[in-house]
Amino acid sequence: MSETKKSDAAVPAQASAPAAEREVLLKVEGLQKHFPIRKGVLQRQVGAVKAVDGIDFEVRKGETLGVVGESGCGKSTMGRVITRLQDPTGGSIHFEGKDITRLNTAGMRPLRRDIQMIFQDPYGSLNPRHTIGSIVSAPFRLQGVEPEGGVKKEVQRLLELVGLSPEHYNRYPHEFSGGQRQRIGIARALALKPKLVVADEPVSALDVSIQAQVVNLMDDLQEELGLTYVIIAHDLSVVRHVSDRIAVMYLGKIVELADRTSLYEAPMHPYTKALMSAVPVPDPKRRGAKSERILLRGDVPSPIAPPPGCRFHTRCWKATEVCRTVEPPLLELRPGQRVACHHPENFEDQQPQDTVLLTAAKEAAELVADEVLAESAQTSAAVAAEVAAVAPKTGKAAEPAAEASEPAAEASEPAAEAPEPAAGKSSDAPAEGDDK
Amino acid sequence: MTELSKTGAAVGEPVKGPSDGSTAFLDVRDLKVHFPTDDGLVKSVDGLSFSLEKGKTLCIVGESGSGKSVTSLAVMGLHRLGARGKNVRMSGEIWLGGKELISAEPDEVRRLRGREMAMIFQDPLSAMHPYYTIGSQIVEAYRVHHDVNKKTARKRAIEMLDRVGIPEPGKRVDNYPHEFSGGMRQRAMIAMALVNNPELLIADEPTTALDVTVQAQILDLIRDLQKEFGSAVVLITHDLGVVAEIADDVLVMYGGRCVERGSVDDVFERPQHPYTWGLLGSMPRIDRETSERLIPVKGQPPSLINVPSGCAFHPRCPYADIPKGDVTRTVRPELQPVGSGHFSACHLSAEDRTRIWTEEIAPKL
Amino acid sequence: MISYILRRTLAAVILLLVVTAVTFAIFFLLPRLAGQTADQLAQQYIGKSPTQADIEAVKQNLGLDQPVYVQYWDFIKGIVSGATYDLGPTTAHCSAPCFGYSFKTHVEVWPQLTDRLPVTVSLAAGAAVLWLVGGVTAGVISALKPRSFADRTFMGIALAGVSLPMFFTGQLALFLFTFQWPIFGREYVPFTENPSQWANTLFPAWCSLALLYSAIYARLTRSGMLETMNEDFIRSARAKGLRERKVVVRHGLRAALTPIITVFGMDLGLLLGGAVITETVFSLHGIGEYAVQSIRDNDLPPILGVTLLAAFFVVLANFLVDLLYAAADPRVRIS
Repeated sequence: MSETKKSDAAVPAQASAPAAEREVLLKVEGLQKHFPIRKGVLQRQVGAVKAVDGIDFEVRKGETLGVVGESGCGKSTMGRVITRLQDPTGGSIHFEGKDITRLNTAGMRPLRRDIQMIFQDPYGSLNPRHTIGSIVSAPFRLQGVEPEGGVKKEVQRLLELVGLSPEHYNRYPHEFSGGQRQRIGIARALALKPKLVVADEPVSALDVSIQAQVVNLMDDLQEELGLTYVIIAHDLSVVRHVSDRIAVMYLGKIVELADRTSLYEAPMHPYTKALMSAVPVPDPKRRGAKSERILLRGDVPSPIAPPPGCRFHTRCWKATEVCRTVEPPLLELRPGQRVACHHPENFEDQQPQDTVLLTAAKEAAELVADEVLAESAQTSAAVAAEVAAVAPKTGKAAEPAAEASEPAAEASEPAAEAPEPAAGKSSDAPAEGDDK
Repeated sequence: MTELSKTGAAVGEPVKGPSDGSTAFLDVRDLKVHFPTDDGLVKSVDGLSFSLEKGKTLCIVGESGSGKSVTSLAVMGLHRLGARGKNVRMSGEIWLGGKELISAEPDEVRRLRGREMAMIFQDPLSAMHPYYTIGSQIVEAYRVHHDVNKKTARKRAIEMLDRVGIPEPGKRVDNYPHEFSGGMRQRAMIAMALVNNPELLIADEPTTALDVTVQAQILDLIRDLQKEFGSAVVLITHDLGVVAEIADDVLVMYGGRCVERGSVDDVFERPQHPYTWGLLGSMPRIDRETSERLIPVKGQPPSLINVPSGCAFHPRCPYADIPKGDVTRTVRPELQPVGSGHFSACHLSAEDRTRIWTEEIAPKL
Repeated sequence: MISYILRRTLAAVILLLVVTAVTFAIFFLLPRLAGQTADQLAQQYIGKSPTQADIEAVKQNLGLDQPVYVQYWDFIKGIVSGATYDLGPTTAHCSAPCFGYSFKTHVEVWPQLTDRLPVTVSLAAGAAVLWLVGGVTAGVISALKPRSFADRTFMGIALAGVSLPMFFTGQLALFLFTFQWPIFGREYVPFTENPSQWANTLFPAWCSLALLYSAIYARLTRSGMLETMNEDFIRSARAKGLRERKVVVRHGLRAALTPIITVFGMDLGLLLGGAVITETVFSLHGIGEYAVQSIRDNDLPPILGVTLLAAFFVVLANFLVDLLYAAADPRVRIS
C-alpha cells in the first residue's frame, strides 16, 4: 500500500506526461464500499460484498478517466461512491483538495453543483410526469440558483447545446427517442456548469448510430466547457475512444491504470490483455487471427469471498504460488502505467524466481494460444534484458518509488527497481508449493 | 408482392422455391409482418427475402426497431401465439427444409419448433422460468419431441449441460436459473435449444447481456457446436464486431427491409449502402486509436407506422441529393446485385457508391 | 430453508404478542389515559344500573385498580391456566384457555368462540373454494382472450361484484333462493351431522360472499396472467414446441398465481375472524355475529376475545403464506 501512495505522489513530477501537469481535481485513496450480508434468525452480519475494496486513483482537470471492467467488478458502485450518492465504508475522497469523504447531505449540497452524474438508463432516470423544461431546470430550483437571463432562457440554451430544439421545453420524456432522452440527461447534468461529470454507462442503452452522436456530443462539450469526465463503461471500444487514461477494475480492485495508448497497445496486466482480446473487432480479416484471443476460464469469483493474493490468480494462465499468497501492489512500472501484477505482460517479470505455475493456471493456459504465450515470453525477456543492461547503474537505489520520480530516468528504469521489496517478501514463500 | 423475387430472377440469381428445386435449408421469401395498432399499421417487416444453407451462419444486423427480432420470431412462428397472435398479419413464404411454414397448420409448426428449429434469447435470466430447475426445463424441451421417460431425458439434459461446458453437470442440473451466473445461464439456454439437435438455430442477441469475456466464450461455443451439428445459424445482433467474428453472410436491415446483403467480406470490405457506411462509421474500434470524431448517422430511426416515402433511409442519408430528381424521396429502391451474391437497395449509381466509399468513408474508418 | 421457517415462526410469535398487548392496551390502558377511573371502567362490564358491590367485584376480578402490566399478565396467565372470578355469592371458573368472562351474560368467552368457529370456518372455506375456482378461471379466460366477449362479460360481472354491497347481494340471494324459490335450507346444520344439508343451507351465503371476492380475484388473475404471458420465459416455453395449454398451465399460471397466494391467505385469515355482514344477513351464528351482538350489548370481554382470535388468524395466515410463497418461488428461499 505504501508503495502505491508514494508512486502516486511521484506522478505529478513526471515531466514526460503532459496530463500529469494538470491540477488534480479528484483524488481517491484506499476507497472501500462493502455491503453487509445478514443471515440467520438474528440477522447477524456474516460477511460483506466487497464491491469496492481499496482503490486509489486521481482525476486531473480536463481529462477523461475511463473505468472498465466486467459486471460485478464494482465500477458502478465506485461511481456512486465518488459522487457520494452512497457512503464509502473506508478510504478517502478529496475534491479540489477538500476532503468530502464524510460530508453530510447539507455539506455536500454546494458540491452537488460541481459534481454531476449521468446515468445509463435514459428511460428510468427522467420523471415521465415532468416536462423537459422542469427536468432540466430542476438543478436550478434545488440549488436556488437564478441564472442570468432567467431559468427558461438558460434551459433553452442548454437544450440547444446538447442538440435539441428549444421548443422541446414543454414536451414530456415519452415523446423522445432513447438518444434524445440521453441528451436531456446530459443537459440536466450540465445545467449548473459542473466541474466533474461522472457518467455511468452513458451510451450502452443506445443504438450504435445514436451512440456515436452522444459520444461526439460529450466530446464537444468537454472541449467547449472544459469538463472533466469519469466515464464508466463495459464497452472497451467506447472507452478507448473517449478516454485519456483508463482504469481496469477486477473484483473491486484496480488492476491496471494507464494512459490510453499504453494500455491498449501494451497492456501489462494479464486480465487487461484477456479483456481486450475478447472484444470482437469489426474486421472479418482478423478472424483468422483468432489465436490472439485469450479465453478466460469460468466466471468471476464472488466478491463476498474474493480469492487471496492476486484476485485474478484463479483464472490467470500465468499464476504462480506468489500470486496466491501475496497481493500485488499497484505499482507504476512504466511512467503513466500502474499495474498490480507479479508477472506482467509486456514487461519484466516481477517475480522471476517464482516459475512454477499453479494447476489452475496450467489449465487456463490451455485456452491461450501458443503464439500468445511465446510472444509474451519474448517481450518480457526483451524488457528484462534491457533492464539488466541498465541495472548496475541504479541497482543500489533503495527506494524504488523515489526512482520513479526521477525525471531523467529511462522509461523502464523505475519499474526495474520496483519489484525488489516485493521479491524480498515473497522469497520465503516456496515456489514449488502444491504443484506437481 | 412478387417484385422482389422478380428482381432476384432478373439479375441471374436463380429463384429457387422448393418447387423449383431450392437447395437452401431456410428460404424466406418476401416476408411481411404487420401489427395493427391504435396508432396505425406497424410494418415491422415489410418484404424481406433471404436464404441460408445448413452449416452456414447468417447475421442480421440493424438497430432496434429495424425488424430483425420480429423476423426471427416470424420464422419460429411465435408471433401467432398468445393473445396478440390473432392481430398479426403475416404474408410471404418461409421454407424450412422443404416445408412452407406460413401456410402450414399451427400444430405442424409447433412440432417443428424446438426440434427442427430452436431459438436462444438475449436475456437468459428472464428467458428461463424462475420456478423450475434448469434440468427440468431441459427435460421438458426434450420430452416434447421424444417419447422417453424422465430418467432418460434427465440423462440427456446432463449430457447437454456437459457439452456446453457447465462444470459438474450432474449437480448443476438441479439448480434454479437464479443460481447460475449470466454466462452459465446462456450456456444452459443453448443446451436447452440444442437438446433435440435442431437443424436451424436462431440466436437473438445471444451475447448482448453478457460481459465481453463471457461473450467470447459463448460465441466460441456457438461456433463449435455449429461445426459439430452442422446446423444453420441465424444470429441477430447490433454489434458489427460479433458479425465480423462469426458470420458467413450478413443482412443489414433498416426500417423493416433489407438494405444490403452479402458475404461478410463484401459487407465489411465493399459495403454498398450509405446505412452500412453509417454503422461502420459510428462504431468506435478497439483495434485503432483515433482521436478523430466518430461519424454518426444523423437523425433518429424511422417510424414503422409512417415509414418515410421512397428510400426509408433518405431523411438520414447524407447522399440523398446525389441521384437526380426526387427519386430518393418517391421511389422505393429494390435490392439490386452489386457483386456476386452481394445486393444493395440504393439509388446511388455504382460509380458514386464506389467513389464515396473509397474516397470519403473508408479512409476515415 | 429451516432458518427461514424459524425466523418466520419467531416473527409470527412476536407479532401475536404485540397484537395482544396492543389490543389489551386499547381496552384497558386507553380509557385510563383518557381519564376514566377504575370504577367507571368497571361499570362498563356490568349491565344497566349496577350496584356498588357489582362494580367492586368486577374491579377486583379484572384487577382494574392495579397497574396495566399486572392486568395484562393476569390475562395472559388466564389464557394459559384459566381464571376464577369471584362474583360474591358464587364463583365463576373460566377454564383454560380463558379469553375473558362476560359479566353481563355470565358466560365464558372461549366456549362461545369455539361454538361459533365451525360456522365461520364453514362459511369462509366454502366461499373460498367457490371464489378461487370462479375468479381464477374467469381471470385466466379473460387474460387469454383479452377484449373478447368472454373477457368483457367476466369483467362486467366482476365490476358488479365489486361494486354491489354485500347486504344487497346477500339479501337478494336470501330472498330469491330461500323465500321465493325455497330450494335452500334456512337453518344452519353442522357438517358433522349432515354434510349435504350443511352445504345446502350455506350455499346462498357462499355464493354471495364468493361473488364479491371472485370479482377481485378475477381482476387480479387477469392482470397477473396478462403480465406473465408477455414474459420472456413464456416465449421460451413456446419456442420449445410445447402445446399452448401446457404453456398456459405449467408456465403461465404457475407464475401468475403465486402472488395471488398472498392475497388469498390474507383474505381467508380476515374472513375467519368473522364475516360480519354475511353472517348477519344470513343469520349465521358465527364469530362475526357474536362480535356484532357484543358490540350492541356493549359487552367488552367478548369483543376483546373476538379481536384476539381475528388477529391470531391473520397472523397465522400471514405465516402460512410466507411458507407457501417460499415453497412456490425458489428465489425467495435464498434471501
